Amino acid sequence: MSSKQIYQEVILDHCKKPRNWGKIDNPTHKAEGINPLCGDHIWVTMNVRDDTVDDIQYEGESCAICMASGSMMTTKIKGGSLVAASKLIDDFRALTTGALENTEEKTLGSLSIFSGIRDLPSRVKCAMLPWHTLTAAINSQGEVSTEGDHDPVPGSGTDK
Amino acid sequence: MSQKQSFKKDIESARRDFPVLSQLINGCPLTYLDSGASAQMPQSVVERLNNYHAKEHANIHRGVYQLSERATQEYEDARKKISEFLNARKAEEIIFTRGTTNAINLVANSFGREFFKAGDEIIISYMEHHSNIVPWQMLCEQLGTKLKVVPISDVGELDMSVFGELLNERTKLVAITHVSNVLGTVNPVNEITAMAHDCGAKVLIDGAQSAPHMPVDVQDIDCDFYVFSGHKMCGPTGIGVLYAKMDLLNRMRPYEGGGDMILSVSFDKTLYAEVPAKFEAGTPPIAAAIGLGSAVDYLNNIGMSVIHEYEQSLTKYAMDSLREVSDLKFFGTSPTKSGVISFNVKGIHAHDMGTLLNDYGVAVRTGHHCAQPVMERYKVPATTRASLYLYNTRDDIDVLVESIRKVQKLFN
Ligand SMILES: Cc1ncc(COP(=O)(O)O)c(C=O)c1O
Repeated sequence: MSSKQIYQEVILDHCKKPRNWGKIDNPTHKAEGINPLCGDHIWVTMNVRDDTVDDIQYEGESCAICMASGSMMTTKIKGGSLVAASKLIDDFRALTTGALENTEEKTLGSLSIFSGIRDLPSRVKCAMLPWHTLTAAINSQGEVSTEGDHDPVPGSGTDK
Repeated sequence: MSQKQSFKKDIESARRDFPVLSQLINGCPLTYLDSGASAQMPQSVVERLNNYHAKEHANIHRGVYQLSERATQEYEDARKKISEFLNARKAEEIIFTRGTTNAINLVANSFGREFFKAGDEIIISYMEHHSNIVPWQMLCEQLGTKLKVVPISDVGELDMSVFGELLNERTKLVAITHVSNVLGTVNPVNEITAMAHDCGAKVLIDGAQSAPHMPVDVQDIDCDFYVFSGHKMCGPTGIGVLYAKMDLLNRMRPYEGGGDMILSVSFDKTLYAEVPAKFEAGTPPIAAAIGLGSAVDYLNNIGMSVIHEYEQSLTKYAMDSLREVSDLKFFGTSPTKSGVISFNVKGIHAHDMGTLLNDYGVAVRTGHHCAQPVMERYKVPATTRASLYLYNTRDDIDVLVESIRKVQKLFN
């Protein structure tokens, strides 16, 4: 699939109309994510009650791939359990890095469009940043970066 | 017929000299606009490398047999070609390095560490590539030397009056890029060198973006050090050059120790070899050096002034064409700029632009271009950069502009 098709099919829709856009006041969980290499800077805020994600919002400045990934993430996570969220984070990482079997892609539904990112290794981190930040929010880590110790996909292509 | 006309007539054939350019990317002809990162090699250089590997390879300076002597001769001939290319006084003033980065680190260690002390000052600028920032920062950490930074204006030119104010008797070195790899600005290196010398400071010029594109005369500039990379001027990777004035090279310490850089070794005392061997420890990238010599032949055949003029006219065409694109903002608009063109289009992140341009076979660089202080200066995380070389044509520019418009349409 060409990049243009990936962008056309989902990414641009979510960029033009990002879902759950914003920051929750006094959230139970929050984290800030940055990708110093492309200047992406995002926030994930959540209200979690009895292990259920009652609300999740996403906001930030980023490229279209990161923005769409974040927007779609909120729609998948909202209303689900933290356990389900963690499983989805793992699956999404496997999907974008190409570690996932095709059959498993079904469970990811519309997110499977991001499998096309495999062919754009330099963009994997853009797609991963919201999920990486979500992990940090769940673990109350506060702030994460795509570089250094917290690199979500060590060894992937970056802009040095 | 003037030289210029004959080049223009030949431009189609110059492009055909580069086999890599005739391929399709995503079904579109490759439009290669990233020569600032790495230029392509003409067939003649590819063949020179092939021939060396197929028929001529041996270690140099070591064998008394014919093959080794021939390889040594070719390696030294390459040094001579490069010294003539830069108009150095003699071939020995040319030190082969792994590239620009390696050459700057050599100067920082062999010259800086030897002659600078705490409280001394090094002047660089806001438009330096990380490779002309970090080695000096590391040196400053070790020695307690101070780093001073010349600011840049909105159009992307050095603030020469601040430069004048920063210079003083503590200034030991001015390390400035000849041409900015993000903004395309051509810095007044003759003036910079004269001003620095008046204060007793030495001058290093980063020629990574100038040596490939314009005639360079190190004696005319009068700089003390001039560095560049082979892979940005039609040569292979893994080879670069440090030019330095002979008296400095004689006084500098070796950078690395090992074979080939010694006169004699004993556990009491090791004597170092003469310049340039003193700075070329170990087996050097012999093939790459010979390949670079062949790249110099290729460029000389066309003529550096011809290349410069051609690129200037192509740059003007590109700037004029891109200016027609709505919501496009340039970074670096100095009137005398070279063919390095940075821009962003409103509402489209540079990385999205780069990824989508690739769909049309257009190769541009996106990101911070190893020059984060420039990004900070213009308050952008990243830019899209198209950089031109002798094999680019107006058609390439037209494809770029057309493709940017298609990406814009996708986003609107
Ligand atoms: C101005 C400038 N300086 C230094 C470098 C570093 O060159 P190299 O990576 O070949 O050592 C580059 C290349 O990216 C450059 O454009």
